[in-house]
Amino acid sequence: MKDSPFKMVIVLTIITVISALILATVHSGTKDMITENYRQDFLKGLKVVMPGFDNEPDVDFKVMKDKKIYIGKKAGVTFGYAVQTVSPKGYSGDIVVLVGVDTEGKILGIEIIKHAETPGLGNKIENKTWKDTFLGLDKDSNIAVKKDGGNIDEFSGATISPRAVCEAVNEGLDFLSRYAVGGEK
Amino acid sequence: MRLKAFTSGIFGNNPVMKQVLGLCPALAVTTSAINGIAMGLATTAVLIGSNTVVSLVKNLIPAKVRIPAYIVIIASFVTVVDLVMNAYVHDLHKVLGLFIPLIVVNCVVLGRAESFASKNGLLDSILDALGTGFGFTLALMILGGVREIMGNGSVFGFDLFGPSFEPSIVMILPPGAFIALGFLMMGYKYVEEHKRVKRGGE
Repeated sequence: MKDSPFKMVIVLTIITVISALILATVHSGTKDMITENYRQDFLKGLKVVMPGFDNEPDVDFKVMKDKKIYIGKKAGVTFGYAVQTVSPKGYSGDIVVLVGVDTEGKILGIEIIKHAETPGLGNKIENKTWKDTFLGLDKDSNIAVKKDGGNIDEFSGATISPRAVCEAVNEGLDFLSRYAVGGEK
Repeated sequence: MRLKAFTSGIFGNNPVMKQVLGLCPALAVTTSAINGIAMGLATTAVLIGSNTVVSLVKNLIPAKVRIPAYIVIIASFVTVVDLVMNAYVHDLHKVLGLFIPLIVVNCVVLGRAESFASKNGLLDSILDALGTGFGFTLALMILGGVREIMGNGSVFGFDLFGPSFEPSIVMILPPGAFIALGFLMMGYKYVEEHKRVKRGGE
C-alpha cells in the first residue's frame, strides 16, 4: 500500500479539496471589501476631476460611442462631466487619464489613472502642480507641450510622457464637447 | 538547537544574502524601504503557514508527490495573503500586487518546506519560518532603504537631504537593485569573514 499510485491520487485530491474549501471561504469573506476598495479608488479619481459632486457618478453615467461619460451633480444640478481616455504613446505602455470638464467645456481637473512611466522622470506627470496647469483650459486652448508649440510644461529629460498626457486630454475634451457639453443628449 | 533554527535564517544562512534565493521579489519590489518590509512580511506569513502545514502532514504525503503537494499548500496560502491584503491594506496591495502571486514560485518558501519543514517537527519548523522570514524581511528592508536613500533622497517617505539633493535615478530603476545588492552582499561577506577569523578560523 505504501506509495501506491492509488494513495498518491487520494492524498493529492484531499489536499486540493481542502485548499479549495479554504480559498472559497476566504474569497467570499473578502469579495465585497475588495470590490468596494476598487470603487473607492475610482471615486477618488472622479473627486479630483469633478470636485464637489454629491451624487454617485460611477453609477450615474451615460454611454456614448462605447464610452462612459460620468456625470457630476451638485444638489441635483449637473455641473460637470468626466471621461476616461487612453494614450498609447506613453514611454512604457498606455497612459490612462480621467478628464473632467464643467458645463462650458473648461477643464475642472485631470487625473492619471494608470501609467508605467519611468520613476523620477516620466512619472512626474503625477505631480499635482503639473496636473493643475490644465485647469480652466478648453478644447480651443493650445494643449500641447512647449516643445510642440503648446503651453504645457514638459520635464527636462522627459517629453514623451507629458506629450502623451496632452494627447489623451485633448481626446477627452474632444469627446466631451461632442457628446456631453452643451445640453444633455 | 531550538534557537539556532531561528537565528540561522537571519545571519549565517540569510535567504537573500547567503543562499541568494528569492531574488525576483528582492530585486523587483525594493524601490523603497516600506515596500521591502511589506513584501518581506507577506512572504513571512506564507512561510509560517506553509512550514506549519508541511511539517504537520509530512508523514502523510507520499515522497513521489511531495513537491506538487507542497506547491498546492504554498499557492493556497499565497492566495489567502493576496486576498486579505487586497481587502485590508488596499494601497499597499496596489504597489505590490504584481509580485504577491509570485511568492508561489519564490524558492525561499519551497526551499524551506523541502529542506527543513519536511524533516523537522512543528515547533522547529515554525521557528525556522520566523527566522527565515525575518531575515528575508531585513534584507529587503535594507536593500529598499539603500535604494530609496540614494535614488529618492528619502527613507520611509521622509525627505532626508532637502530639495538641493540630486538623487541618482538609476538606483530606483532595475539596474540599481543589482548594484545595491552587490555592495550589500560584499558587506555581508566582509562581516562574516571578520567573525570567522575572530573565532580562530584561517
